[in-house]
Amino acid sequence: MKIDFTHHQSAHCENGVVSNLMSYNGFKVSEPMVFGIGSGLLFCYIPFLMVNHAPAITYRAMPGFIFKRFAKRTGIKIKREKFTNKTSAQTRLDENLNRNNPVGLQVGVYGLVYFPDEYRFHFNAHNLVVYGKEGDNYLISDPVMENVTTLTTKQLEKVRFAKGAFAPKGHMYYPIAFPEELQLDKAIVKGIKHTCRDMLAPVPFVGAKGIRTVAKLIRKWPKKKGVKVANHYLGQVVRMQEEIGTGGGGFRYIYAAFLQESSKILKNERLSELSKEMTEIGDLWRDFALDASRIYKNRSAQDDAYNKVADQLLIIGDKEEAFFKKLKKAI
Amino acid sequence: MKTNEVPQDKSHLESVSREVYYAVDENGEYKKALSSGWDVKTIALENALEEIERRVQDAKTRVLENKTSPIEYYMELHKMDLTVLSSYVGMWQWRVKRHFKPSVFKKLSSKILQKYADVFEISMEELQQIKS
Repeated sequence: MKIDFTHHQSAHCENGVVSNLMSYNGFKVSEPMVFGIGSGLLFCYIPFLMVNHAPAITYRAMPGFIFKRFAKRTGIKIKREKFTNKTSAQTRLDENLNRNNPVGLQVGVYGLVYFPDEYRFHFNAHNLVVYGKEGDNYLISDPVMENVTTLTTKQLEKVRFAKGAFAPKGHMYYPIAFPEELQLDKAIVKGIKHTCRDMLAPVPFVGAKGIRTVAKLIRKWPKKKGVKVANHYLGQVVRMQEEIGTGGGGFRYIYAAFLQESSKILKNERLSELSKEMTEIGDLWRDFALDASRIYKNRSAQDDAYNKVADQLLIIGDKEEAFFKKLKKAI
Repeated sequence: MKTNEVPQDKSHLESVSREVYYAVDENGEYKKALSSGWDVKTIALENALEEIERRVQDAKTRVLENKTSPIEYYMELHKMDLTVLSSYVGMWQWRVKRHFKPSVFKKLSSKILQKYADVFEISMEELQQIKS
């Protein structure tokens, strides 16, 4: 069977799944709107955690949080199920497809055979939609892909039960109840306030302060860790910022798009100005990535090169702090 | 970033899909734009893959020198670390780490070996004997 589901490509998987499931249910909500209302934007350095043998930095909220917050703020109810048993996970999925209900799944990237090998890492917080089954093939709408694809029953089971950090445990979710009309204005204000609070948090690992902390660390890497490791670490910082699904600039452009759209809905001209400012901050992030890439491309590690990218980060940290203070006042 | 600045470099992904970016058009409006790739990202990815390749080769050498067991080699080959591997086989990390010792590895029961072989999707023989 095949559900009449429209695949729209998005920059980030979770926003994309939510936006696509919403539009299937008759509500047109853009990806940036989901991201903004769900307070997806963040900066967080996670001390002591190593991912791919390098320090962990995230530019977005925890997996699942965006949808959770979006649903709460717009009055949608989501049904979520996790499974210990692989057979019942499949049975529940098939039941939903038979009821003409496309569902969101959390999956591990390593087993996603439609990605090139180079992109298959043990990252378990990817999201996609299943919208049908033909023979042994499940019809897959992966929001970061241009086109829809398929996975066999066995392949799908493998990615649903990937192991490691954020193991999906068959996690399946779909909206079950909607408000009569989607009230975006209040939800937008709540979403923005939350993001401002996160980005201005008085914690050295989070938000603008987190950016400064990472800048400090980068300065120390070449002396403390040696050239090779320092270059590897720096490469990972850039990868987490610019990997598939971040929409560039560590999600800053998606957020700027959200502010622009919100400015029209709330009829608040100030948000449109701030959107432009966020775009400039996004550009600074990209400049940072470009300069950082020059360092690890040349495999050199002059202290001044590391200091230079650290200085860039400090400027970004200051700009983001000033930005979110203004944004807080603007709504 | 303006729509015409969206990078269109070569990447490993371009044969499969392009990526969505949000960029500003000439009227200052945000629009979705597609990118085939960006060199900055490709270099970062290639460096990460080289690092994995180095780890795989290093593990292989140590297996052949009888300094570690093939489990560590296959772990690296599958881009795993101790956390990921131990969660796949359902054993404590210290136990998996202990299985890296060639002397311990030799004495492992076929039940335990089968667990590792299943995770790596290889036969028991392949697990016990890596190609030099």
